[in-house]
Amino acid sequence: MLELTVYGIILGSIIALGAIGITLIAHISRMFDFAYGDKMTAGAYIALLVSTLFSMGGLLQGKVGPFSFNWGLMVAFIPAILITAGLSILFNRWVYEPLRRRGAIPILFAMVSMGIAFALRGLIYILWGADYHFYSPSVRPMIFLPLGIKLRTDEVFIMVVAWALVALIYLFLTRVKMGKALRAVADNPDLARIAGISTERMIVWTEGIAGALAAVGGVLYGIETQLRPEMGWLFLLPLFAAAILGSLGSIRGALVGGLVMGIAQQVSTAWLLPTYKPAVAFIIMVLVLLFRPQGIFGRR
Amino acid sequence: MGIDIGGILSFLASFAIMAAIYAIFSMGLNVQWGYTGLVNFGIAGFFCIGAYTSALVTTPLPTGVLADYVDQAIGLNQPFLVGVLAAAITSGLWAALIGLLTLRLRADYLAISTIGLAETLRLFFNNEPWLANGPEGLVGLPKPLYGLVPPQYYNYLYLAIVLAFLALIYIAIERGIRSPWGRVLRAMREDEVMTSANGKNVFLFKLQSLVVGAMIMGIGGALYAHYSAAVQPSLFTPMFGTFIIWAMLSLGGTGNNKGAILGGFVVWAIWSWSTFLIRNVVPAGFQTRAPYIRYILIGLLLVIIMLRRPKGLIGEERQVSRF
Repeated sequence: MLELTVYGIILGSIIALGAIGITLIAHISRMFDFAYGDKMTAGAYIALLVSTLFSMGGLLQGKVGPFSFNWGLMVAFIPAILITAGLSILFNRWVYEPLRRRGAIPILFAMVSMGIAFALRGLIYILWGADYHFYSPSVRPMIFLPLGIKLRTDEVFIMVVAWALVALIYLFLTRVKMGKALRAVADNPDLARIAGISTERMIVWTEGIAGALAAVGGVLYGIETQLRPEMGWLFLLPLFAAAILGSLGSIRGALVGGLVMGIAQQVSTAWLLPTYKPAVAFIIMVLVLLFRPQGIFGRR
Repeated sequence: MGIDIGGILSFLASFAIMAAIYAIFSMGLNVQWGYTGLVNFGIAGFFCIGAYTSALVTTPLPTGVLADYVDQAIGLNQPFLVGVLAAAITSGLWAALIGLLTLRLRADYLAISTIGLAETLRLFFNNEPWLANGPEGLVGLPKPLYGLVPPQYYNYLYLAIVLAFLALIYIAIERGIRSPWGRVLRAMREDEVMTSANGKNVFLFKLQSLVVGAMIMGIGGALYAHYSAAVQPSLFTPMFGTFIIWAMLSLGGTGNNKGAILGGFVVWAIWSWSTFLIRNVVPAGFQTRAPYIRYILIGLLLVIIMLRRPKGLIGEERQVSRF
């Protein structure tokens, strides 16, 4: 059980990254982004493409420290982040911004994001097929912790990267002027506009940051398990469940929600089939909506 | 080489059956989205509930050798119409449950919850073999009025049955939407606060619309199950069970039942034609990947319609109620 909890924290760290992205978009762009899961998938596959190119060229093939993957994948984080963030910004420019200018009803944004989700997933299916892919075919080294807990070295890497990013986002939003402007837009867009903050520019920043988080989350999840075109779609329920549990708009909430969701999903495998993980997330979401729809950090 | 008229007719009949069933789903979605503005991203869930309910209600429990291969918790051996009715009721009950949870919150919550319901049901039927035989699903659903006509003509009879349901549902929705009830739904879609200020219980009307739409989807699910005579969890995917229907309604005309039906036939025609193309034209090496081009097409179609032509091919009719 302790071991499952530890695995839950690892999965939860990845969910927290995505949930922060979802929560930022929900709060600042004021929409539920149903393409978010597929942006994670896109990030993971872009990293796969780049690291495959490196290995074809025989570049950067040395293993990174005690981990299972090579330097090629480490470098591949950068194009994955840039391209996924760029795609998010482009979708905003081509699709969401025109909708906002037209004054479309909020739910239309969700509709359109679903269309984008399918287009992205279709593209990934066509380019890479439905089969599983791995970043590294080599064995994954293990470390043994006290109390009989086995951990893969990769999982330590995942934790460190995820938590560092969460800390970075938190500092950005609380200490940097740009981050404060973002929060101002989230709290009251009209007031922020009067203070001279361009809401459209803030939304572009939000999309970029959330897209970058999606890419990192996707690659980390790919390192933890394997890559397949449905990976992001299956992640969508835990992501939204975490963001809603943590009160939409709250970074702290998304972090706690992500960890709760990760632990709940992993611990549930003690009794349930692992394939039920998305269902576990859904049940928790139902319970939250039933008893505390504003989430743990929300005010009525 | 003569033209095989019989073959063409029977192909057209099976095409029309599927298109008409999808048109029924599309009308169900039209009640929810077109008239009330509710986003149901889990049509596959209600499709699944309808199909399985009717399957469990109309088939007998397996006996003899079959019992060694098929597990089934319920088998009521009732006639077709009882199955369809049960499908509508069960589907409506699930919709009521989801509606009670989410309809007081912002509209996006319904969208994510319906996705959750659809995915959970699919996982449940897949992983619980005691209930309805797990991934293999149930086969041998009874075909209504089978034996009335020679087997090779049966599809024409079933087409007539499906079209009868289509017509009944069409008339029912048209009457409902022109009644004071329908007027409240459309008023709510345009301006919720104003409707509420006029003394209408917005939550209750939304709930009714969600349930009515889901019942129609349940009927569609049952009709599909008895046509293919088999149900498997793998049918109820987000694409085949949900988004193709969104594409149909959006293309045909949101808020217009004729548009919903038109969209059903047009999109199903494109879908079957692309299946044919992929099977016969695409090189063998690309066969497994080519079907996913449809994901891109349907995805882009949804985006472009929402951006350029939110009302679809046929926009909403101007409706004046009879007083």
